[in-house]
Amino acid sequence: MATVREAPVLEVVDLSLRYQTRQGEVQAVEGVSFELAQGQSLGLVGESGCGKTSVATSLMRLLPENAYLAGGQVKLGGTDLLPLSDDEIRGYRWRRIAMVFQAAMNSLDPVHRVGQQVIEAIEAHRMETTLADARERVARLFRMVGLDPQLMDRYPHEFSGGMRQRAVIAMALSCDPDLIIADEPTTALDVIVQDRILRELKVVQQELRMGMIYISHDIGVVAEVTDRIGVMYAGRLVELGDTADVFRSPMHPYTAALMSSFPSVHGERLPLVGLAGEPPNLIDPPAGCPFHPRCPYADDICRTEFPDRSFRGDNWAACWHPLDASPLSEDRQNQDF
Amino acid sequence: MQTPMAAPNQTDGGQDALVAVSGLTKRFPVLKSLFRQPSSFIHAVDDVSFALAPGESLGLVGESGCGKTTVGKLLVKLLEPTSGGIHFRFPSRDANGGSGEPVDASEIRSTDLRAFRRQAQMIFQDPYESMNPRRTIYDTIAEPLAVQGIGSMTNRVDRVTEILTRVGLTPPSSFLFRHPHELSGGQRQRVAIARALVIGPSFVVADEPTSMLDVSSRTGIMSLMQELAQQYGISYLYITHDLAVARYMCHRIAVMYLGKIVELAETEELLRNPLHPYTRALLSAVPVPDPRFRRDRPDILGDLTLPIDPPPRCRFYDRCPVATDFCEGNPHPPMEEQTPGHWVACYEA
Repeated sequence: MATVREAPVLEVVDLSLRYQTRQGEVQAVEGVSFELAQGQSLGLVGESGCGKTSVATSLMRLLPENAYLAGGQVKLGGTDLLPLSDDEIRGYRWRRIAMVFQAAMNSLDPVHRVGQQVIEAIEAHRMETTLADARERVARLFRMVGLDPQLMDRYPHEFSGGMRQRAVIAMALSCDPDLIIADEPTTALDVIVQDRILRELKVVQQELRMGMIYISHDIGVVAEVTDRIGVMYAGRLVELGDTADVFRSPMHPYTAALMSSFPSVHGERLPLVGLAGEPPNLIDPPAGCPFHPRCPYADDICRTEFPDRSFRGDNWAACWHPLDASPLSEDRQNQDF
Repeated sequence: MQTPMAAPNQTDGGQDALVAVSGLTKRFPVLKSLFRQPSSFIHAVDDVSFALAPGESLGLVGESGCGKTTVGKLLVKLLEPTSGGIHFRFPSRDANGGSGEPVDASEIRSTDLRAFRRQAQMIFQDPYESMNPRRTIYDTIAEPLAVQGIGSMTNRVDRVTEILTRVGLTPPSSFLFRHPHELSGGQRQRVAIARALVIGPSFVVADEPTSMLDVSSRTGIMSLMQELAQQYGISYLYITHDLAVARYMCHRIAVMYLGKIVELAETEELLRNPLHPYTRALLSAVPVPDPRFRRDRPDILGDLTLPIDPPPRCRFYDRCPVATDFCEGNPHPPMEEQTPGHWVACYEA
């Protein structure tokens, strides 16, 4: 839980990432800072284009050619990854940080057996001594993610989408990483399959005491699998806090808007409140708070100066006019499910 | 054949139903060889019956591969059924707009399709794929008018301008001559809605129209579709995998599993009091945006399969947590009305 104070596995300080495009420079990530303790999970939420995936790819240093890091540090166990050479960073990928993408299930090679592909990942990064050891390890990984080890020698086309995604998660776990980054890993799957994978992922993450960064546009999923939540808007982290607290009483108006535009099947049928307008163009972001053009509380200072952080306990929001514990969230709290 | 679901039609207006579906069945052959007759079939839609009242929005909910999109395509005649009937009773366009003559979908020949499409339209899931990237927004929306031969050139510009305003793309003049790539996903989906509605249909099949969109634009599209339905008296068959979206969009929800409708009820009744074990599993698998809420684990066995030549027993038998010997030995259960308006196909419900 968030209250456990340990040396952070991951420390991101003032990370900034730019993309160069023909139209100009896109400020995809701007001054993002957060920490992640061992065994802790952090959710990143926000609309598409808000920089969630850019943060993840910066951590892995898997950047497209037109991207460059404009500043900041990404410290994994104390070592800053950003200045490392390509060769050096390769020693970190998979072994220390592993990543599961949304489309990862389609990244399995169709002409090789699934188990063999996991073994290759192990051999490339860990040098397991013998093939028998490696196979034993794959069998253990398969069991961990809820796959029958006997399926090891099957081909990807014999797997369903959910099974393939589990195999990819097994592959990501194969080198005992300190940190796993899951970028919309269940978005393409049906809810029943999603439910199983989330439960397994959460158990494995806690058993292995891995740090996890979970990226999703589905705040329901993030509410269930993460200890802490970071809300991103226009490349910036605008709110960060304990997941339960943020859901109970969001401080940033954007967080509140995101939550009230999300339909739920359980509890009262609360009216959906839309979020008018579109996220800003990041080539020429608005001055002051990037959310001010869409914010009902915006005033002069919001239009000119980027907000300082306002704190409530350990949680903070970058907002000049943070919300109190609002009546809406009180309602939600008192709801009888 | 009198289908077990013929009765729900009566509860929903009977003869006045805009769309009445009975025993709808669609099988796709599984081709093992190009030169041999197919010996097995995917039972994509199997003996499905329901009715849609004028102005009503019916949700069709289920996992991928359950046949919901096939039902949608059958209803707008993008596919022909293997068997079963679809009857439409569109409001008449002349005089004071009472119900017109009933139309049997199987008797609509290709020459009549144009008139049919004036009444029945479809909105597709992917606003990036469903539009020609080379054509302007004006061309895209005016095409149905041109095909239907509605209005003069200047009149069409007026109509397109008006519908753009209605779907919230304002000022319309700034959108008319743009291309799809200049618009966001939400804006494109608004164009797709405008294109479907510009000729004034009374029935629209909406196939996951918001599943590709962000939360923020999703809410906007959902409320736009509701407003337009009320304004123009449109009925939706709203296809979605997302029960939460269906809750906000639909008066009633039908849950499909492997080609069969297994439960059908008013939306809140279905969510509060699900009777079919599959509906219960589906409901409890939906994540809740409240960290203190502990969901039950969905009670369902195994994985989703394909309905290739399924045995006659209940389609859900293999995955059902409450199945009995009776379920194994008997045919797929008929839809029965447990409480008024709440239909379920389960021996154990």
